[in-house]
Amino acid sequence: MQELTLADTYQVKAQDYAMAGDASAAIKRKLKQLGVDSGVLRRIAVACYEAELNLIIHSIGGNLTISMTPSEITLVSEDAGPGIPNIDQALTEGFSTASEEARNLGFGAGMGLPNMKRNADEFHIESKVGVGTQIRMRFHLKQG
Amino acid sequence: MQDKRFHSVRLDKEKCRGCTNCLKRCPTEAIRVRAGRAHIIDERCIDCGECIRVCENHAKYALTDPLATINDFKYKIALPAPSLYGQFKKLVSPSQILEGLLHMGFDDVFEVATGADIVTRAIRERMRSMSPERFPVISSACPAITRLIQVRFPELIPHIIDMRQPMEVAAMVAKREFCQKHGVAEEDVGCFFITPCAAKMTAIRNPIGQEKSAVDGAISMLEIYGLLAGHIKNYPSALNLSTATSYGVGWANNGGEAAAVCPEKSMAVDGIENVIRVLEEIENNKLRDLVFFEGAACTGGCVGGPLTFENSYIARNAIRTLMKGCDLRHPDEVVKTSYLTKYPLQTTKKIVPNSVMKLDDDITEAMRKMEQMEEIVKSLPGYDCGSCGSPTCRTFAEDIVRGHASKMDCIHILKDQLKIMAQKMVELAKTTRE
Repeated sequence: MQELTLADTYQVKAQDYAMAGDASAAIKRKLKQLGVDSGVLRRIAVACYEAELNLIIHSIGGNLTISMTPSEITLVSEDAGPGIPNIDQALTEGFSTASEEARNLGFGAGMGLPNMKRNADEFHIESKVGVGTQIRMRFHLKQG
Repeated sequence: MQDKRFHSVRLDKEKCRGCTNCLKRCPTEAIRVRAGRAHIIDERCIDCGECIRVCENHAKYALTDPLATINDFKYKIALPAPSLYGQFKKLVSPSQILEGLLHMGFDDVFEVATGADIVTRAIRERMRSMSPERFPVISSACPAITRLIQVRFPELIPHIIDMRQPMEVAAMVAKREFCQKHGVAEEDVGCFFITPCAAKMTAIRNPIGQEKSAVDGAISMLEIYGLLAGHIKNYPSALNLSTATSYGVGWANNGGEAAAVCPEKSMAVDGIENVIRVLEEIENNKLRDLVFFEGAACTGGCVGGPLTFENSYIARNAIRTLMKGCDLRHPDEVVKTSYLTKYPLQTTKKIVPNSVMKLDDDITEAMRKMEQMEEIVKSLPGYDCGSCGSPTCRTFAEDIVRGHASKMDCIHILKDQLKIMAQKMVELAKTTRE
């Protein structure tokens, strides 16, 4: 029997600091209504927020998609550029390519990707310069 | 006197007009307007008192124990909240108020501000051995905020400090010391908290963090204001009853607890909407350096409670002036170590999430309902006008899915249907004429 799936996509605009956190807040609210366990919810909240901020600070625009089955939640961040030249470097704690503007706003600590990886149960990242970046995170839900 | 479903915040049906003011302002969407009047959803209400503040018809009120209740006990002890000190102008010392309370008929008086001093010392001790994963530690002083977290931010529950509130500590110490001093039984002694708000009244009847409250009742500041004012002498009290430090008295103002417990790396936020905003950020791990968070549902802190008489900004200043005349030493120096061991200061019951937001206990069912909700939301106008009796279109969709409302309750959808029906009738009239 096919498992019931719910999916939702949120557009995130580049440099749109005014709306920063809106997509994450909407996603969190939905997950609370679905009764997702608090511990998992916290991890998704942190990862989702980091992903949303990364799209705003670093990308030329993209979207966040949250999809869910009763056994797991998948969060995908997808953008159309600029792409990450060195993924290992980007995953290093403290490394940041954030702009002056972003740093002035308190961002750019270089913990975004490492935080996402730490909070997700499964983490995959693919990127190509000039094409874009896709980050796929899976969170396991307790059964029963 | 225990009641798991007790809520201090109540509605006077006679005065309710069925307008949308309280409906839109409730932070947990606990109000619905049906059949021309407001209804409070008990499970969702956190007794923050926002609805009491915004109701233009004074239909919302806080149920508290009437003053006459103190006569249920042979001996009565008054526990004034520190915010009471800010209600009176031109005071030189809190002792004047304490003396006034004794004149009113209480056998003894014990400052909740002293309870705050003890709790300050206890929290600081507790935090010294805490692992940084627990940071930011969230204050448990405002019961409305604790309940808010249970409903909307259950994943932050582990951050709430497992310490009893100052009014509980004050009641425990006051009762035991009075009984020891006068050789009377504890059952004959009633401790009454003089409260600035509804949330604390509810916390006495329906405690969080412990089975039973040590406090026997709560008397509204508004109820005794006039009476107490008549008993306060306008010259300094010779009795010098006040023992609280300026830090303890400072808990009345927003930021007072943070200043006493954790002056570095702490944050104090007042006003429930502001607290919600900051808790969202804490949830997103955005405030990584924060060690202590103090949240108050009322603007200005407890001095802004719905049962206070004085304007909260004037009261705030009055408290600051009074603080200068109190013992300026820090509670760490003043509170005896024996207090930390003699009394059970830590909470005994785990705080559990309040899952009212959940659509269903079964996750598959919840997902199905969510799907239905999203479909309904697409067909709604999105005005969030409140005419259907639900605060927003999304909440209305949720109510429909839960079986508490139907689509035709939306007057915009009804209007559109009527237009269609009117059109059909015009066409019908045309065909029957021919």
